[in-house]
Amino acid sequence: MSTKNIMIVGVGGQGSVLASKLLGRLLTGRGYDVKVSEVHGMSQRGGSVVTYVRYGASVASPVIDRGQADFIVSFELLEAARWLEYLRPGGQVVTSTQRLAPMPVLTGAASYPEGLLEKMRAAGFSVDALDCVALAERAGNVRSVNLVLLGRLSRYFPDIPEEAWREAIEVCVPEKFLELNKEAFALGRSTGS
Amino acid sequence: MKQLMPGNAAAARGLWEAGCAVASSYPGTPSTEITEEAAKYGEIYAEWAPNEKVAMETAFGASLAGKRSFCGMKHVGLNVAADPLFTASYTGINAGMVIAVADDPGMHSSQNEQDSRHYARAAKLPMLEPSNSAEALSFFRMAYELSEEFDSPVIVRMCTRVAHSQSLVETGARVEPPARPYQKDIAKYVMMPGNAIRRHPVVEERMRRLRAWAETADINRVEPGEDNSIGIIASSTCYQYVKEACGDRYPVLKLGMAWPLPDDKIKGFAASVKKLVVAEELDPFIESYCRALGLDGVEGKSLFPLEGELSQNLVAEKLGLPYERGTKLDEPLPARPPVMCAGCPHRGLFYTLARLKCTVLGDIGCYTLGAVAPLSAIEMTLCMGASVSAVHGFNKADRANERRAVGVIGDSTFMHSGMTGLANIAYNQSNSTVVILDNSITGMTGHQQNPTTGYNIKGDPAGKVDLESLCRAMGIRRVRVVDPYNLKECEEAVKEELAAEEPSVIIARRPCALLKYVKHRPPLKVGVDRCVGCGSCMRIGCPALSIREGTARVDATLCVGCGVCAQLCPAGAFADTGRDA
Repeated sequence: MSTKNIMIVGVGGQGSVLASKLLGRLLTGRGYDVKVSEVHGMSQRGGSVVTYVRYGASVASPVIDRGQADFIVSFELLEAARWLEYLRPGGQVVTSTQRLAPMPVLTGAASYPEGLLEKMRAAGFSVDALDCVALAERAGNVRSVNLVLLGRLSRYFPDIPEEAWREAIEVCVPEKFLELNKEAFALGRSTGS
Repeated sequence: MKQLMPGNAAAARGLWEAGCAVASSYPGTPSTEITEEAAKYGEIYAEWAPNEKVAMETAFGASLAGKRSFCGMKHVGLNVAADPLFTASYTGINAGMVIAVADDPGMHSSQNEQDSRHYARAAKLPMLEPSNSAEALSFFRMAYELSEEFDSPVIVRMCTRVAHSQSLVETGARVEPPARPYQKDIAKYVMMPGNAIRRHPVVEERMRRLRAWAETADINRVEPGEDNSIGIIASSTCYQYVKEACGDRYPVLKLGMAWPLPDDKIKGFAASVKKLVVAEELDPFIESYCRALGLDGVEGKSLFPLEGELSQNLVAEKLGLPYERGTKLDEPLPARPPVMCAGCPHRGLFYTLARLKCTVLGDIGCYTLGAVAPLSAIEMTLCMGASVSAVHGFNKADRANERRAVGVIGDSTFMHSGMTGLANIAYNQSNSTVVILDNSITGMTGHQQNPTTGYNIKGDPAGKVDLESLCRAMGIRRVRVVDPYNLKECEEAVKEELAAEEPSVIIARRPCALLKYVKHRPPLKVGVDRCVGCGSCMRIGCPALSIREGTARVDATLCVGCGVCAQLCPAGAFADTGRDA
């Protein structure tokens, strides 16, 4: 099969590492060649961060380029908009509706764009948006936004049974947070249309 | 079974499998995790050294003693270790010695994007270059074999995309290399002129033998293609971009060895294709070599930039292959630069320096973010340790500067190369003021211990350098400690030490707010009836603060209750929960 590309984007410190680890585990477990790429260091300090997950029969490049992502999974609305250029035609955005103001907005040097979700959809992008923070809180901890997002993403993989996702969660999440994270995953997967 | 492994973890696995016994490194993105992962193997003694020079000399000593050794560093770290590097090339080794250098094209977390391949050529040392995790593992193993076969330290060059990308690897067992007991050999190991003169021809002969090895090594391989109108030479992550963009369309000479390069293999490959293209990041290293071989038609930097990273789309574009461009959202989007974390102990000190209009000469670490708006406090950042040395020069050039210039450096960076600059201040007597931001950890690279923290790489108790005693022992009489969360205390200290007619050190001490053992205070609350929306609290650039509808707001998920903002509020709006001790 041709290589499939999933980008996980957000703000440094939001928990994309667990999300990519889980996807890596899930996809290697299904026999794919997998590459996962992230950047460490300064950008992790509250900056815009991106993780690339690629899988298929044989994957060469560790990164996803513009126009190639099948999915953009975003922890934050502005970051979803920022990386849209990386989406392939017909690609899918799965995003949390959370808005985190970057420093230029906090200081008043710039403003957070209004109506981003509507603008993305009006421009023809397919965007599945949900309030992941509220769902994570309902699951029991706001830090489980990453599992809410993965739960949502899992709906777009009809070939991968829910059980495989759950197994990957069990391997990647520490025992004491397991139930919470499974609940967050289930809420992301089942909420809404 | 194959498992997903980051390049740096695979490198560490390669070290372990090769029987490496001693690893000494200084952290630096993107190299740090090699040594962190190596430390998890019980058979490897691993440590953080104060700097890369010390690390390389430690590894050299271990090799001399007969144990396979390792040191790892980022590209700029190799500048620090260049002194032992060049002469270890002359002495050669006893047991295998491998040096990892991790370049950072695109400068994801670096102050320059120098191309470390030049070091291999300049120091006359072999350099291997893996392109994914599986190669990282096998090349580090191979590096020890090469090192012992050719009596040479071997450099393995990583880059961000190899170091921090996970791909599938198959692990193997550890070998226990044959014993190589230390033997006294003054002619080989004492590099004074009479001996070094005899060693230089040995080095040149070694390079000739390595060049011959490179011709036959299967890590330099030709991969056939369907269309020989173009032939591409690539190594490292660029090879992966080429394969992604071209598949098997064009033949590729995949180089696993960056130095020495195989003349005949390159000439033979060039003769088999109509046009020769080198796809390499940063400098035209391979391309220039091809030109020197007389391959004048080679294309490289005529297509690809000298700056930043390549990518599959860039390769496709330059080779005239179709690729998808993607569509931007037609909407101006505010940037999201990295910022100091909420509760970062550096913030209060930088606010103070900005408020007092100090000229701040900065250094390398998280605190470099003190240059970012709204603090905009740091006016110079060059390299590790330069804050201390440069403030001395700044003051010697114009003594009026002594009243406003400050060198600011972190605890780990001070141990790395700030100490020698401070010795210069004490010795040559400038009335310079140095601030050591002691957050009790090496922060930017992800929390590594250092000689001032009292713990080793495994987190076990270790020796602890006492910064106050050290500064005093160097001859600095004015040494004082302040709490950077206390703005009044910081301001008094900076004013007094700048006014003093002798050198001084201010240690701003408070552990990094991200350290697990640091207890956070409850988030601050804003008294909405008191807040006048003046924005005074916004001057410190805290990501937990914002002003909405004319009132300051605290993001309770980010705030750690440091209380610095409360000290700036003229209306006392944070008074109820402000800091009390």
